[in-house]
Amino acid sequence: MPERITLSHGSGGKATQQLIDELFLHYFSNPFLNQLEDQARLPIIQLAAAGELLAFSTDSYVIDPIIFPGGDIGKLAVCGTANDVAMCGAKPSFLSCSLIIEEGLPFETLEQIVSSMAATANAAGIQIVTGDTKVVARGSADKLFINTSGIGTIPNTIRWGADKIAPGDQIIVSGTLGDHGATILNLREGLGLSGLLKSDCQPLYPLVEVLLPLQGVKALRDATRGGVNAVLHEFSHRSGCGFKVNEADLPVTAEVRSVCELLGLEPINFANEGKLIAIVAKQDTDAALKALQQTEGGAKATIIGEVNDSGKVTLCNAFGGHRWLDLPSGEPMPRIC
Amino acid sequence: MNGTEIRVKGKVQGVGFRPFVWQIANALELSGDVLNDGAGVLIRLLNNRQLGLFQQKLMQELPPLARIDAITVTDFSWDSIPRGFTIRASLATAMDTQVVPDAATCPQCLAELHDHNNRRYYYPFINCTHCGPRFTIIQSLPYDRPNTVMSPFPLCKDCLTEYLSPADRRYHAQPVACAQCGPMVYVTDSQGAIIPGNWLAQTITALQQGLIVAIKSIGGFHLACDATNYAAVQLLRNRKRRQYKPVAVMVKDIPAIENVAETSVEQQKLLTSRVAPIVLLKSKAHSALAENIAPHLSEIGIMLPSNPLLHLLAHAFPRPLVMTSANRSGLPPALENTEALLQLKGVADRFVMHNREIIQRCDDSLMRIDQYGRQEVIRRSRGLVPDALELPDDFPDADGYLAFGGDLKSAFAIGKGRQIVVSQYLGDLSNIETQQQYQKTIEHYRDLYHLDIRHYVADQHPGYFSRQLADRQAAQQQNVSQAAIHYVQHHHAHVASCLIENGWRLGQGKVLALALDGLGFADVESNSQPQFWGGELLLADYRQSRVIGGFPAVRLVGGDIAARQPWRSYYAHLKAFIPQMTAGEMQRLIGNKPLRQLDVAMERNINSCSIRSAGRLFDAVAASLGVVDDEIEYEGQAACQLQALACRCLNLPDNEIKMPVSGLSLDLTTFWHSWIECAGSVEQKAYLFHRALAKALAQMVQNAQLHYQIQHVVLTGGVFHNSLLRTLLKQELAGYIQILEHKNYSCGDNGIALGQLAVALSQSQ
Repeated sequence: MPERITLSHGSGGKATQQLIDELFLHYFSNPFLNQLEDQARLPIIQLAAAGELLAFSTDSYVIDPIIFPGGDIGKLAVCGTANDVAMCGAKPSFLSCSLIIEEGLPFETLEQIVSSMAATANAAGIQIVTGDTKVVARGSADKLFINTSGIGTIPNTIRWGADKIAPGDQIIVSGTLGDHGATILNLREGLGLSGLLKSDCQPLYPLVEVLLPLQGVKALRDATRGGVNAVLHEFSHRSGCGFKVNEADLPVTAEVRSVCELLGLEPINFANEGKLIAIVAKQDTDAALKALQQTEGGAKATIIGEVNDSGKVTLCNAFGGHRWLDLPSGEPMPRIC
Repeated sequence: MNGTEIRVKGKVQGVGFRPFVWQIANALELSGDVLNDGAGVLIRLLNNRQLGLFQQKLMQELPPLARIDAITVTDFSWDSIPRGFTIRASLATAMDTQVVPDAATCPQCLAELHDHNNRRYYYPFINCTHCGPRFTIIQSLPYDRPNTVMSPFPLCKDCLTEYLSPADRRYHAQPVACAQCGPMVYVTDSQGAIIPGNWLAQTITALQQGLIVAIKSIGGFHLACDATNYAAVQLLRNRKRRQYKPVAVMVKDIPAIENVAETSVEQQKLLTSRVAPIVLLKSKAHSALAENIAPHLSEIGIMLPSNPLLHLLAHAFPRPLVMTSANRSGLPPALENTEALLQLKGVADRFVMHNREIIQRCDDSLMRIDQYGRQEVIRRSRGLVPDALELPDDFPDADGYLAFGGDLKSAFAIGKGRQIVVSQYLGDLSNIETQQQYQKTIEHYRDLYHLDIRHYVADQHPGYFSRQLADRQAAQQQNVSQAAIHYVQHHHAHVASCLIENGWRLGQGKVLALALDGLGFADVESNSQPQFWGGELLLADYRQSRVIGGFPAVRLVGGDIAARQPWRSYYAHLKAFIPQMTAGEMQRLIGNKPLRQLDVAMERNINSCSIRSAGRLFDAVAASLGVVDDEIEYEGQAACQLQALACRCLNLPDNEIKMPVSGLSLDLTTFWHSWIECAGSVEQKAYLFHRALAKALAQMVQNAQLHYQIQHVVLTGGVFHNSLLRTLLKQELAGYIQILEHKNYSCGDNGIALGQLAVALSQSQ
């Protein structure tokens, strides 16, 4: 393979063929993809055996930098879509993968990312069954964009949704907040904070799986863009309920906290790529918490607050005072006189 | 015509006005009657040659709490000749009268309180028409007992006799009560369980033991402890999680101040006035008070007892008492017993409770009198609220206007005919509990004064809760009638507040103004970015204001964190004014802080903004002297400590600090170069800074005066609570220009609702 990706890799000619054979087939290899038809041909019976409803989701990934501590754009593209599918209780089984590559991307970088996608998918039991590659001229894209779509079957016993949420339910978060957002901010803006910041990018189905047997689970969301705050506002909007979060209970690593303090930003607004919010009826909260804590990605799961009937998202400080949590509109503005 | 009708408006209800009229009418042997109605008091007399004398006495011998705003005399015709003089029942009509502030215990009640033979001996709710609660117990008007929190306490025979006798000091004193029929005091433990025995003895024992006692007072709860006991004060500080914010101290009388602070005659007069505010006094060295009462400050807040319960406490306890408002950090003070037990759990060991309701939050007012005898209000509340301010002649009527104030040190203002009423201080609107109290208080005023709001006036800051509430209320009303929303720029409101306090008329023209504070939002030009101001020289009248000079901008990272961490302001100033300084030198001056990251955040515009701010300059200077912690605990702490240091400076060094003025702007580049070179003790440097700033501001004002040919300058904004800066500046300006200052309203954000309303009124024409 050449050192860098050129426009010819996207022309449909020889170079494209070589890229497919030596890179994608090599890493993603599975019976559905290997047929090399224009479409993946998937067995309905296998999918239908798990339940009546199919979960289907898509997302596009653009991130700068494309490789970061804790992950890369490839891992992100697999986890992100798989996690969206998983939030309804479905085990993500098949994924599509489309790449838009900027001319000049080092082949080595591409390979690293494709291999990372494959490893992530393999570990999660997901098969990448169809895909596409485009190469655009320099400046028409930033290094690499990835789109993935995924499907999985929703078990018949599971019908989670924001409409099920009721006052008294508990708000659980599966681990520390803001790791991904703070890591990317540090790298992208060149803040130069050393060391321990690391994205939390990870597949969440293993966490979802342990919650399946619990009757009291009401709704799940992965807290990506906009963070926990955005998720709670979505829940509030859909359910009409209020969400009271205790500031002191928010799990935040020392590294993320110091970024937030330095810049005057709040971890509850920071993006995560491997954390879910679960709304669980009070009687099943302990069971849910214990189950989550036994999974690899949920060891630090904790309760951060409670659902009420106020219709608002509020943050309760350590002294017992409350404030409304607005969705951030642009940057926070100083108000202290 | 055989008679005369006298209509009296003003503070004439609930202040013993009718019995006063009855007494002079009887003394002069006049016939007729007197009654309260919605417009005030109406007197009808049978014509008599004593009528002139009657009117003279009416004006000259007013009861202590009464104030006449207007008298109109018209002819009247009696159908049947009245015999003697009578007091008629109140008439419920349209509301045009004033609610009276709560007043400290009068000398007569105080004497009775300590008189063994009086039936109200040691009764903690003694009051009369000359004193006692008013504003905090009124549910609705007219001011009659059923409309107050005294309605559950039917009068006993003795009290009723006094209540019905026009010759008695307690004639129609609505809160009149005694131990037989009135509210009672009791003490509970921290769980709310009543501790049997005498409440006063229980309380004194607890205080002697160094415990923290919550006391239900007039407009909220106080937290009290022995002010000479360091450990007790520290316990209170630890429990409230407040290490630095000064706490007020109550002493029983003027002689008891002798050992703790210096007082002038004017200060003593203010302390013993009916307002009975906390007065900031210069503290004495080797005072009996614990050192942790007002750490790193040169002044101390002292008050005398303002109600009988506090009188009894101060009298029975041999030492000064800490008397601070009983709220947890960030929460509004509790008003109800159960709420207090809940909120102060883990803070207070004992609760002194009573069974009379508090309708309105009313904190202790905080005031100061400077060396020239000039009065200043820092927090306007008990004893001052809800006194009204009379509009200058050429203003339109203010009916239908509601100004929401700002979000910090909040207070709102309502318009009522020719008057503006500004609410009590309601604290920082950053949390929901305070927001709810603020909203409820607005509702209370609307009901009390029967307001029909059509004009909603708010600060321009889109992040202020007060503005968002104004937006919501205006939008809700739009369907019903014509509602208008007015946004007033923060510093314009400061200026207008000072102007209207000084009776400045609409047609009186423009003034120069120094509006110095921490930060205010400014969205002045429709096609440019909003800005943050706080160090402004303005050319203004009520209708318009324009920045013509002031402080240069610096870039600050972190939003509100920048106001809490003075070192950020220091760094921002060094970056802005000594940009050539090396990273190593910066690090040496600032200490071990992530400066490189801040640089990046500034360059990349992450949560950063440009701001001109006098408050942040004080922060920067305090930080440069190393006299404040990395993070301050209360607003203005760095500036307060800097002033205290400057006031301790005994001998001045020969060197000067340079702070030139270029045109109408401060040259902070020259200042900072000069500052870091300047030798001297921290006290000397703190003083030199104040003096240099005062001189520079004065120069700026004089330059502007020359250019614009204007003869008045307004001094406003929270920075002018710094009495040293104000005094030095006034010395510099003396003889050059007329100075307009605040007097009855705060120069800080507690006073901006008044200015907002004035600006909106002026623009309505």
